[in-house]
This record gives sequence, structure tokens and C-alpha cells, in this order.
Amino acid sequence: MKRIFLPVLLIVLSWLPLGAACAQGLDIGLVVGNDSALPIAVVPMPYQGSGTAPGADVGSIIRADLNRSGQFNSLPLEKIVEQPTRGSEIKFPTWRVLRQDFVVVGRVLDDADGGYRVEYELYDVAKQQRLLGLALGGRAQGMRDVAHQIADQIYEKILGVRGAFWTSIAYVTATGTSPHIQYALMVADSDGFNPQTVVRSSEPLLSPAWSPDRRKLAYVSFERGNSTIYVQELTTGAREVLASFRGINGAPAFSPDGRRLALTLSKTGNPEIYVMDLASKALTQVTNHYSIDTEAVWTPDGQSLIFTSDRAGKPQVYQVPAGGGEPVRLSFEGQSNARATVSFDGKKIAMAQGNGNIYRIAVLDRSFGGTGRWQTLSPGNLDESPSFAPNASMLLYATKEGHRGVLYAVSADGRVRQRLVLADGDVREPAWSPFRQR
Amino acid sequence: MKTASRLMIAASVCLAMAACSHKVKEQPPVDNGNNGMNGATTGGIPEAGKYGPGDLDTDACLRQRVVYFDFDQDTLKPEFQATIACHAKYLRDRPEARMTLEGNADERGTREYNLGLGERRGNAVSAALGSSGQTSVVSYGEEKPVCLDSNEDCWAKNRRVEIVYTAK
Repeated sequence: MKRIFLPVLLIVLSWLPLGAACAQGLDIGLVVGNDSALPIAVVPMPYQGSGTAPGADVGSIIRADLNRSGQFNSLPLEKIVEQPTRGSEIKFPTWRVLRQDFVVVGRVLDDADGGYRVEYELYDVAKQQRLLGLALGGRAQGMRDVAHQIADQIYEKILGVRGAFWTSIAYVTATGTSPHIQYALMVADSDGFNPQTVVRSSEPLLSPAWSPDRRKLAYVSFERGNSTIYVQELTTGAREVLASFRGINGAPAFSPDGRRLALTLSKTGNPEIYVMDLASKALTQVTNHYSIDTEAVWTPDGQSLIFTSDRAGKPQVYQVPAGGGEPVRLSFEGQSNARATVSFDGKKIAMAQGNGNIYRIAVLDRSFGGTGRWQTLSPGNLDESPSFAPNASMLLYATKEGHRGVLYAVSADGRVRQRLVLADGDVREPAWSPFRQR
Repeated sequence: MKTASRLMIAASVCLAMAACSHKVKEQPPVDNGNNGMNGATTGGIPEAGKYGPGDLDTDACLRQRVVYFDFDQDTLKPEFQATIACHAKYLRDRPEARMTLEGNADERGTREYNLGLGERRGNAVSAALGSSGQTSVVSYGEEKPVCLDSNEDCWAKNRRVEIVYTAK
């Protein structure tokens, strides 16, 4: 039954205007489902200690993480008819009837140091074989982190690819109209929970960019009256001005080794791309053209920059050696393409593609050589600022619903799309953090 | 025929100039910012035919401080020539005056690209004003919208350069 109806549901949902979901007050939910995703049952993980249960529901966080990836289809809570908490209690025929490939059981216990400990097991239903059996500890405030780590372990065990749930996102919020707009640069968990303010200003903030060690954010602030590039240490809040030249100081991007910063400066009269050596602050000019050249990002090998230029009339995406050279155009589909994000393996480049007044996220897959294959990942109308997850399984992007900017997470194949829950009203410019070092 | 059309052109030029003219007699006393230690205040009286700071609040042309643009364009439209002309005259009349040209874009297109576009618009106005030593350009891109709807009416209001006097 479920398998039959799901494709129909998908079609219906994919044609629903996004505003409809908003008007109904839905803050969360899959906008588009994926019928080829792996079925997995994450059984609720009850608190079995003697004190107060933690506020975070570990099982439901894992379920939501796996669903959001597009790779898994978590069994909805109401269909979880049995609630084993350890492997020995699992009745495999039940989960076979429910057509589940995997089942996860676990429980939350008190830990010796006053925190909690989650013990969980992952089973392959067909083989009745235990794939994982682990315990993770955490304080009450850290239970969402514990849940994301479990989701990462399950994801990696089954798919062989590192999970990216226990990561962070940076984004900018803004409320009001000129001249009374308040801006904030925020950092939150990858699912939008636990938002923290990095900097707040009555002048625009934009273009957050993570350092590869995820300790710092570079961003553009207008607090001095003109655009200025800052780099800020997240734990201490200490920050430094990196660029405050005449004209535009924009689009910072750390190199993969963290030693250089690509940026846009218009000190010569129009926007050009430069690379700054962060130790010496020495600048190397990369582009030299009367057009707008901006939004540089690095290829994973640190050898090239991929950037936006309107040298052919409309904005398009180009690649240039990081030391300078002749740019090569990459985007030949759509009237305009801009603000690229590159997957960790350099094979996929996502960008904001414009056709008339419709802007969608499109991805150029260069795995197969030639000029690459294109796929559209989002429905429009004003989708922008794509940012790959560090494992490239998902992207974040920003769009507008009514007057409100919102963020969506979309799976890399475009099949699963979900709005992120964020406390602040108007949200834009998501930047997915690198992995934690392990 | 030729004479008639010349007269028409002359008349329209006169009208355009009249639109930018100002009434020196109505000039209120101006605070030059020279508030002396003893509390005395001095006022400058503009020369005949020249703008004074008070005109910024009273002159119909000088009060126009916003120049609007077409989508993805930085070309000055003919309807803003008069506005540009009177502000250019003001800068010539008052060498001590300074202005910031704040370039803005609508929400379509990416944010950093729109910073570039806003700067192009600011530069276009600056070039038309002709007094580059007195003007500076700041681009806010699409970060300071005055209107939040996603339609052409609203986008047209946001594609603008705002003339902000930092010294009168």
C-alpha cells in the first residue's frame, strides 16, 4: 500500500506552492519524498535512569536527520508497533513485515558524571545481524549533539560515506525595511536548532565563510559605513579586519589549507578577485577585467577559483587558476548563473541559475567529463546561496516565502527538500561548516 | 518651422532651469557649525545665483535625492537628468559640500554580484555629477531594500542610488 501511494503523494506535494505549507503553519516537514530511500526504523529511545529525563528526544532527532539526507526513509512513529530498547528484544519478523531494511534500538541511561549515556544498536533486518553497538555520553545540553553523532555513525555504517549531521551552519538574519533593518550573523546546528549569535549590527552583514578548521568565520560587515571583511574566532569572539579598502570588500573564501583567502575588491574601480596570504596579508590580483568578477570559491585541490563574472553580458560561472590566468567559462545552461559552491571531491558545482524572474539552484556534475550534466534541485522563484554539506550529500539554500527569507535543505539528487526550523524570522545566506576534525 | 522648434527647445530648457532654480531671499540663517565658545552663531549668505545649504530642504529639485535604474542596468535615465544637474550645480556652488552615493539593487541576482551592480550605479551618478573630489560611492547591493514585495513595482523602488549629503 505505502509503496503504491508514495509516488502519487510525491507528485502532489511537489506541485504544492511553498506558501501553502507556510500558511498552514507547518514549520517542518518533507516537501518532497524519495521512494528509493532505504527504509529504517528508529525505535524510540526511552530514558531508563533514575533522575530527570533529558529534554531532547534522541530517537526523533536521529529519525529527522536520516530523513533529511534523502538516503533514508524513517518509519513514522505511529507505525512503530513494537518498542524494543536492546537487540535481544527485537522480533525481526515484525520489521520484515513492515518492510524495514534496518532497525535501530537504544535507551538513555544516567552516566557516572551526572550526565547521560545513550546505548544503541543498529541491526540489518534481513540478516538479523548487528552492525553497530555503541554508547555515547553527553550532558543534558549536549543530547542533540549525541543524537546527531549517532545519526552520523548509522549513515556511515550503512552507506560508507561520512555523515554530516553533527556539523554547523552559519547564516544571516535580517528584519525590517531600510533604514530600520537589524542584521545578525548566526551559527546553529545542521538542523537549525541551537542558534547562537556571532555578531549583530544595524548595518548589513553578509557572505559568511568558514575556515577549514571551523574555528573562524570570515564575513562582510558595513558597520564602518563601507563593506569590510572581518575574520572572527567563534569561541572567543575576537576578530580582525582583513580588508577595508576603498570600494567593495566582499565575498571572502578560505583556501582548503586555511592559509589564503580569496576575496573581491573594487579598489581599482571595479570588482576583481584577489587572493590574500593570511600570514603576510599580501594580495595577489587574480582577475583583471572591466566586468564584475566576484563570489570566488576554491576547488578542493586549492589550485583554482570558481567565480561569477558578467564579462559575457549576464553573470556566468568561470574557473581560473588561483595564481591568475585566463578564466574558462563553466556554465552554458540558463540565462545567468552565479555564486557557485563546490562539492568536496570537486565533481559537482551548484549555483543559482536565473531564467527570467525565476531563480533556482542548479548543479553541474562534471563526473562524466565534457561540459558536464545539469540538474535542477529547487523549484524557485528566488532560490539562491547554495552551500554543499561537507559530504556533498545535501545542500542548503535560501529562498523567499512572502516577505520572509527561509532556508531549505535539499538532498544532492534533489529528491528530498525540507525547510529548516529557525527561530528568527528572515534568514538568508546559509554556509555549511566543514567536518569536525576526528 | 526651425525657429519655432528652437523656441520650443529654448522654452523647455528655461523651464528645466526654472525647476532647478532657488530663491536666495528665502534663505534662512544658516548654522555653519561654527558655534563659538561664547555661544555666538554665524550665518553664511550665499552669493546671488548660487545654492546655499538651506536649499537642500526647500528647493524642489535638490530635494530629489533618489535616482532609479532599470534591471541589471547602470545607465542614467533621461528623467533624472534634471535632478543630477541641480545636485551637480550645488557641488560646484559649494566646494565644501560632500556627498555619499549609496548604490542599491533589487533582490534578483546574487548578493555579492549586486554589490558590484550597486557600485556601478553609484559610479554612474558620480560621473554624471562631475565633481569626483566631492562624492564617494558606497554600494549596499540588495541589503537595504525599501520595499519587500517580490514584484516589479517593488523591485523598481529598490534599484536606486540615494544621494546623501555628508557635508552641506
